[in-house]
Amino acid sequence: MKILKIFCILLIFFLFFQNHSLANSPQQVDKISKNLRCLICQGQSVYDSQSDFALSMKTLIKKKIDEGKNDDEIYDFLISKYGEWIVYEPKFNKNTFFLWLLPILVFLGGGWLIFKKTKFFKL
Amino acid sequence: MSKNIKLTSIVLIVLFSFFVLLKGLDKSNTYSPELSTTKIDFNFKAKDLFSDEEIFLDDLIKNDGMSLINIWASWCLPCREEHAYLLNLKSLHKLNIVGINYKDSEINAKKFLKELGNPYTNIITDPKGINSIELGAFGVPETFLIDNNSKLIIKKFIGPLDDSAFNQLTKLIK
Repeated sequence: MKILKIFCILLIFFLFFQNHSLANSPQQVDKISKNLRCLICQGQSVYDSQSDFALSMKTLIKKKIDEGKNDDEIYDFLISKYGEWIVYEPKFNKNTFFLWLLPILVFLGGGWLIFKKTKFFKL
Repeated sequence: MSKNIKLTSIVLIVLFSFFVLLKGLDKSNTYSPELSTTKIDFNFKAKDLFSDEEIFLDDLIKNDGMSLINIWASWCLPCREEHAYLLNLKSLHKLNIVGINYKDSEINAKKFLKELGNPYTNIITDPKGINSIELGAFGVPETFLIDNNSKLIIKKFIGPLDDSAFNQLTKLIK
């Protein structure tokens, strides 16, 4: 009886994740393509664009997901082909650290100025 | 004194931004990674336009010298314009030119070649456009000059070939 229970739980668990992954495929394509810049149409993401380039890109992303590739592997592959410019959110590395840190530095600097100018500390 | 410092810093910031933006105007808006590190993955199968056989792109890139990979389609007008350059490259330099027929119908592609001539050693079809994207292409027409041994891209031409591209190719092939 106990074995049957464990078997049922495992079966439900397995089926749940299988369906889950199938249902997620188009959503994952949408999620990845929203973070990709359409390189031949100005100001549009691959998700928004209906150009041949974007349509082929979406088909390729779907193929890569079906092959079992995760988001990072797909981004890495596209960056190797088209450069860092293709992603709206570039990865944190030696070329992009300033881009990522600048808003934090501006925020901290601005906060420091506000605290200095107001009488917050003097109270 | 403090007013002067403020004014000078504002002027400096404006000037700095102006020159940064001015320099940005000169930059090409086609973004591509370093070509010298772009190794193409030729290890994919595609259907041959004429024989209907599935062939590896790798088998079409011959062992020594250079090859040209040209992405084209019969519906693409600039492809018609550049076709004469491909025919010239083939006849003058006996270059191995591999065509990738992008999102095209087989009948139209064959009609196109019958009308304008066939400069290609082999043509593989790419009905969904996936293979071209895997090669790092932007669309049609696009041409890559490949070193057959290292499989590295020597030169990438985005858009139709013209006189200047033809001259560059001629120099590189020699």
